Amino acid sequence: MSASVLIAGIGVISAIGNNIAESLDALESGRAGMGDMHWLDSFHHGKLPVAEVNLNNKQLSGLSGLPPTISRTALLSMIAAKEALADASIENFHQLRTGFISANTVGGMDKTENFFKFFLSDHGKGRLRDIIHHECGSASELVAGQLGIRNYISTISTACSSSANAIFFAARLIKHNLLDVVIAGGTDALTKFTLNGFNTLMILDQEYCKPFDENRKGLNLGEGAGYVVLVSERVLSSLKKNPYCSLSGYYNANDAYHQTASSPAGTGSLMAMKGALKQSGLSPADISYINLHGTGTQNNDISEGTAIKELFNPSYPKMSSTKSFTGHTLGASGGIEAVFSVLAIRHGIIYPNLRLTTPMKELPFVPETKFLKNEKVIHVLSNSFGFGGNCSSLIFSKL
Amino acid sequence: MEIKVYIRSTANISPQKTFGESQSPDVAVEYRGNRLTCIEPDYSKLFDPKLIRRMSRIIKMGAAAATTCLQKAGVAMPDAIITGTAYGCLEDTSIFLTRMIENKEEMLTPTAFIQSTHNTVGAQIALILKCHHYNNTFVHRGFSFESALLDAMMLLNENHYTNVLAGAVDEITDNSHAILTRFGLYKQKPVSNFNLVQSNSKGTMAGEGAAFFALTNQPAADNDAQLNAMTTFYKLKDINETGKNIISFLKDQSIDINTIDLIITGRNGDKKGDEIYNHIAHAVFNNHQSIDYKYLCGEYPTSTAFALWLAAGIVKDRAIPAWVGKNSKNRSSIKRVLIYNHYQNIHHSLFLVSAC
Amino acid sequence: MSDLKRQIIVQLNLKDLKPEDIGDDQPLFVEGLGLDSIDALELIVLLQQEYKIKLSNAEDGPKVFQSVRTMAEYITAHQAQKE
Repeated sequence: MSASVLIAGIGVISAIGNNIAESLDALESGRAGMGDMHWLDSFHHGKLPVAEVNLNNKQLSGLSGLPPTISRTALLSMIAAKEALADASIENFHQLRTGFISANTVGGMDKTENFFKFFLSDHGKGRLRDIIHHECGSASELVAGQLGIRNYISTISTACSSSANAIFFAARLIKHNLLDVVIAGGTDALTKFTLNGFNTLMILDQEYCKPFDENRKGLNLGEGAGYVVLVSERVLSSLKKNPYCSLSGYYNANDAYHQTASSPAGTGSLMAMKGALKQSGLSPADISYINLHGTGTQNNDISEGTAIKELFNPSYPKMSSTKSFTGHTLGASGGIEAVFSVLAIRHGIIYPNLRLTTPMKELPFVPETKFLKNEKVIHVLSNSFGFGGNCSSLIFSKL
Repeated sequence: MEIKVYIRSTANISPQKTFGESQSPDVAVEYRGNRLTCIEPDYSKLFDPKLIRRMSRIIKMGAAAATTCLQKAGVAMPDAIITGTAYGCLEDTSIFLTRMIENKEEMLTPTAFIQSTHNTVGAQIALILKCHHYNNTFVHRGFSFESALLDAMMLLNENHYTNVLAGAVDEITDNSHAILTRFGLYKQKPVSNFNLVQSNSKGTMAGEGAAFFALTNQPAADNDAQLNAMTTFYKLKDINETGKNIISFLKDQSIDINTIDLIITGRNGDKKGDEIYNHIAHAVFNNHQSIDYKYLCGEYPTSTAFALWLAAGIVKDRAIPAWVGKNSKNRSSIKRVLIYNHYQNIHHSLFLVSAC
Repeated sequence: MSDLKRQIIVQLNLKDLKPEDIGDDQPLFVEGLGLDSIDALELIVLLQQEYKIKLSNAEDGPKVFQSVRTMAEYITAHQAQKE
């Protein structure tokens, strides 16, 4: 198995920006993406803030090159994956063994919801065009087709840890010498299904979310896509520019506690972080920055916080939840936050955890509340913890 | 990948009597129409009622197959749990969607929502076993099972992994059947599954199933089979590419085609789709005997899990069981089996399985 | 209260239980019936659907849903408020 897996390109789209440059600008300016829903036609309009991408499907179609009638999930995926591939600038891309590992939780549900409205009353009704790409894997194939990837395509769905799992599955495909270049990450579009689903769990904040704040009331749902281009060392000479960093550690553990709630001690979270550190050969003291899962729910933040306390005590790295900017993008969150982690290393920056006014009393640390520049960011730990107790941690390291 | 992978044990809930005390049915079950439905066990004998109430049908099927497989393998705690499912938890998705539309997004309850997420089967297995290890779910259409298997094979070639549980599960519901019917997937006139492959008309029969495999990198006299290799190919340029890919696959594994005792093919009775199997029967395997499997389990994206279960059982006993492949002449001394399947002529997979 | 018990059984899919099996004062959560946080959310919807009572703060759940009796008392109190 080969030693290193490097990040050669990144691409992202979310409520805070349609590409890397716009996202960086928003992160530095403290400009969060939450607001009233524009595109989603839901009963909860005006009551639940969401973090939507600032483009309608027609505009997304223009940017992506895919037809406007397909699922928003696929459109978002295409835009971010395209940016990542272009960013990687790999000369002989089509001569290499290439793969696309994407993740999502909703698939084509944005279209399915419409289909079902008509189908319910009469099984002969509803346009088949709206349901043909319902499956999670369809979005991946549509995008892979446009990108010219054929060697290996797959799709992962493990709730909120989905794209983190996609990234490290991709890394292992490279390490096993099955592929040379893999675009990996995830996507999810906002849908009534997920909005209502999360609402039934009573974990949505009716205000803008406050991750890791004592008075946090829940999360805000977001949408978007984030991808990294992983390459093997063998491919280094094909790169026209220097890679960003390496993916030096990764681990997936299962909380095995409850279907949706995290264990109070954060067992799964702790195992994921420990496992990633062990894999990378690093110790907690080596971590410069933690990109928290930090959804803003009572349960996640105390669970994740407790695990961090256990692992890093008494010396804590800087940390923040960028979900305070982008909302919780579900299947895309691991991918989007991987991109932010890579940028933190490249630019020596630390993102603020917005709207944190009262630190959590159980925790002996407080996330950063200001954007910091000229920081020595060498190793970044990115956490993604999902339903079904699925906990993943990734570590990115400066070369 | 260098390290050998073995199938230590299997478990399969399918439209045949494949689950329960006797793994091998006496006879195949006949279905008339265009849909095959799983024969399910009494779950109250397998799980605590407190757990069952939170488990919808597909979760029960997956969890039952998974836990039974591990028991047979004598593995209390696997080092990883990997699941493949193309459609996920359709019934719960449908229930939540229906209520959401009918109640106009008000007064909705969480249970159907949380049970609808694709990784619920894998998560439930972890919950039952209290397994904190690696847990992944692949949702890639006709490659969902193959992806899960590849992930498992890679893990067994990495440090610290000895026993990995991998499997696939997909269900057909009234709604999904109605929708897929509109896409023209199924036979319009009812047929018997026993005549499926000979039906010579458009469409196939819908199926479903849950099959799990306890994979290991430890050789043992009581392992069921060796999983020599697996590969997938996506979208062919033309029909000739299939044959070329199969020959290439065997060459990569240094396997002499004449050492293959049996081919298991994914013929599903759809006239056009089955042309590829006819082609390779001439071009590549004209000296080999083959049997079909989809007349037993129906067509669904993760049906290759059924095929692998069947192949493992055949090489374990070194014989084709009486209830399968009526027209096969050489039923004994079967030590090496090749499975070839395609799903809608998009997702093609090959598995090579040998006796231990 | 036996109507309420019947509704609870249906809402929470407690197929093996009959109303007689649930004690009036039996703890519903943790021990007793062993219900969990998801069940609490289901019960909140039950209150809304059957009794038109909205429990907007999920944190009040443990108190209200401690037993069938506490639930019944809550329902009576809030229905009285409406009239």
